[in-house]
Order: sequence, then C-alpha cells, then structure tokens
Amino acid sequence: MLKVRLIPCLDVKDGRVVKGVQFLDLVDAGDPVEAAKAYDAAGADELCFLDITASHEARGILLDVVQRTAEACFMPLTVGGGVRTVEDIRNLLLAGADKVSINTAAVKNPDFVREASEKFGNQCIVVAIDAKKVSGEGEPPRWEIFTHGGRTATGIDAIAFARQVTDLGAGELLVTSMDRDGTKGGYDLALVRAIADAVSVPVIASGGVGNLDHLVDGVSKGHASAVLAASIFHFGTHTISEAKGYMARAGLKMRLDEPAHP
Amino acid sequence: MSVVIIDYGSGNLHSAAKAFERAAREAELDLAITVSSDPNIVAKADRIVLPGVGAFADCRRGLDSVPGMVEVLQRRVHEDHRPFLGICVGMQLMATRGLEHTTSYGLDWIHGDVKTIEPKDPSLKIPHMGWNTLELAKPHPVLDGIPTGPDGLHAYFVHSYALSPNDPADVVATTDYGGSVTAIVGRDNLVGTQFHPEKSQALGLKLIANFLRWRP
Repeated sequence: MLKVRLIPCLDVKDGRVVKGVQFLDLVDAGDPVEAAKAYDAAGADELCFLDITASHEARGILLDVVQRTAEACFMPLTVGGGVRTVEDIRNLLLAGADKVSINTAAVKNPDFVREASEKFGNQCIVVAIDAKKVSGEGEPPRWEIFTHGGRTATGIDAIAFARQVTDLGAGELLVTSMDRDGTKGGYDLALVRAIADAVSVPVIASGGVGNLDHLVDGVSKGHASAVLAASIFHFGTHTISEAKGYMARAGLKMRLDEPAHP
Repeated sequence: MSVVIIDYGSGNLHSAAKAFERAAREAELDLAITVSSDPNIVAKADRIVLPGVGAFADCRRGLDSVPGMVEVLQRRVHEDHRPFLGICVGMQLMATRGLEHTTSYGLDWIHGDVKTIEPKDPSLKIPHMGWNTLELAKPHPVLDGIPTGPDGLHAYFVHSYALSPNDPADVVATTDYGGSVTAIVGRDNLVGTQFHPEKSQALGLKLIANFLRWRP
C-alpha cells in the first residue's frame, strides 16, 4: 500500500541553509548537503530545497548543492525557487533534482507548465501554489494566488488555478497557505482539502506546521498525499522518526523502514 | 567487470551512477561503472542498465537517435546473454508496445503492453507517486535478502503507466495501488523495475548490489 510522505523542506540562500538545522551530529549545520544527509539517514521520504537566493547569477551555487546532495542521498529531491525557464529546469534535473517546483513563472504564464511537462514528463513538474484567503466572515471560502512571498495579489482563484495547471501537465501540487506560513498554527486545511479534492494529482500540504497533530490533520482532514514542514524539524522540536511514528499511531500508513546508513 | 548505464538523453544519470558506485562499494565488488551513449562501450560492458524518465515514445525516440544502440542492445542481451536491468521507462521499453498518448513500439523482450494505471478506487491519485511495498510473484536473485509483503521494505514509484506482461510468469513482483500493478519483471538474463532503485534507499541499494552479483 502507498504510504503518506513526510517531506522536510530546507530554505537555501547563496548555498547555505537559512534557518539553520539543529542536529547534534552535524559538522556544519549551515551546509544543505550535510542537512540533507541527516534527513536521509533519519528516514525522510523526500527532500525539498527552496532556493531563496535573490540574484539569478548565484544559480551555479545551487546547482552545486543539488549535485552534491544527489551524490550522497538516494531518495527523491524536489528543488524550487526562481525557476523561470526550460533551461533552469534542465539544469536542475541534470544536477540531480528529481522534481522541480515552479511558482511565479506558472502564474505569469500557465503555458510554461505545459511546455515543461511535455519536455520532461509530468512526474517531475511540481507547481507550487501560494494562496491566501480573501473571503470574509460568513462568505463562501475563496482563496487567491499570491506571488513574491505573499506580497503580490494576482486576483487568480486558487482552486481554478490548481485545476488549470493540472490539466496543463503538473504532476503534483505543493499548496502553501500564506496566512499560515510561519505561524505554527497548522495548515489551512480547508484550502488543502478544496484543492486535493479538485485535482487528480497528489497534493503536498505546506505552511504552518507547529506540532505533530498538524501533520496528521494535513492528511486525514486536508486529504493531502504528502505533508511538508520546515521549522519543527530544523529547530529540533521533533525528529523525522518521532513524526512518522506519531503519524503511524494516528492510523496513517507510513514507511517505517530502517534507513540506509551512509 | 564493467557496468554501463546507457545515456540516451533521458534523465539524470549522474545520481544513478553514484547509487551503483555505492552499492558496489558496500558489496565489496570491484567494478567500473560508466555512463555512456557509445554503443561500442555497451558492446563491451558485462552488465547493462537502461534507465528512463518521461514519456515512453520520447524515450524510444531517444534510444533510436543513437545510431547502432538498439542493435547492440539486442545482440548483447539475446546472443551474449549479458545481465540487463531496465529502470522505470527503461523497464517499460522492454515491453512490446507503449500506449502512452500514442502507440509506440518497445524492444519486445517482455511480451505485453504498457497501459495507463486504472485504480479501482477512483479517489487514488495519478501519478502513483511515493513509497510502496512489493508483493513477490516468484523468487528472483535481485530480491535476495529483501523483505517483501505488507511489512517489507519500500520502493519509490513515480509513474502513470505500467507494464502488463502477457505471460504471468514474467512478473517477479507487483505492488498494490487500487489493484495489482507490475513492479518487477524478469525473464532469463533480463530484469526490470518500475520503481527507481537508485532512489529507494535501503531496498534500492540492496537490489542494485544483487543485480551486480547476479549470474543468470
């Protein structure tokens, strides 16, 4: 039976982990490759790198990080942030990424999703949907797509956009609530569920995890196929194996294999 | 001993090569692993690996675009009986036909078609993406020491199409996704995995090491 995926996400800027990772046994907690290896050994089901490097010129550093990670970690790796062109995707895949996440470029030009999935296969094209609730109290819920880290409203309905990019060839959607991101208050379950129920592809819930119940809720109430979290793992609040054990005890089907040791 | 991972423009082979190197190192096997698009290297390799990512027809076109490659593959596999491992679309290319978007022809080593997965439970997502366990259909050396069944190790799958062999005896293992889906095929010196051993951590490294030791 297919298992629920638990995906730790690392924010990477100029080749370094931004938030820092608190693993006791890491030589260099700021090196994304070291952090990736630690997550790999801890039994993470996939890894996600989000590149928040401001300048496009610094892409070479990211490619080096991806390449070194892929050499050391035999598990799927998704890389996102600043992916604008087919060439960007090709470079990331050649460096060793298994999936590439597209965000602003998909909003600006949805046809880019079609172009990318036709070229590389829909299994490696993830569309990252950053959404904020725009409906008021008592109104039917409505979410809108935001870009530029949640600062810029687009007027695009999040559910309609999710359907559109899936039809264009996205193989997976990474749904982040901009209202919840960083709050530790849990995913926006209504948003995740509305999108997961609207599309045929797997949905990853993201944004707002503060405790292990939030991870369980993302699947049981949000209908997500996978759950992503950053800070609860970075800051050592919980380990990957604690989280997976907790989710399994809550009745979710989890992969609890002994990981391959480096 | 030499192992070639065939490069025909499909996917990242660098990380696949690293997984093979590590599996060989852990199994204390002395061998050279080469990523190559040169049919002359394939012609001399002791073991052949055909990876593949993307659409069936694109991968077939990619394979055909390397002059002499298909002929060398046929010869090494059928006349010289070299151990062969197909991975993901590389495994699907072992089939007679692929029915993804259009009908295109595979290498016809495992008779059968590659068809869209249709889970009985319509709420199951496509692609079948993530970690799943294997159900053994028949014992095979590449699965030596790998626990299968519901409590066994997991393999990483990502696919929307699957190979249905005409002869059930060609199925080595299946996985459950709203019904039985072919996970490993095998016949004589040929073996193919729908999942990605190079991304499947413990199970994957073990399976690769088994393939490297396999004497069909």
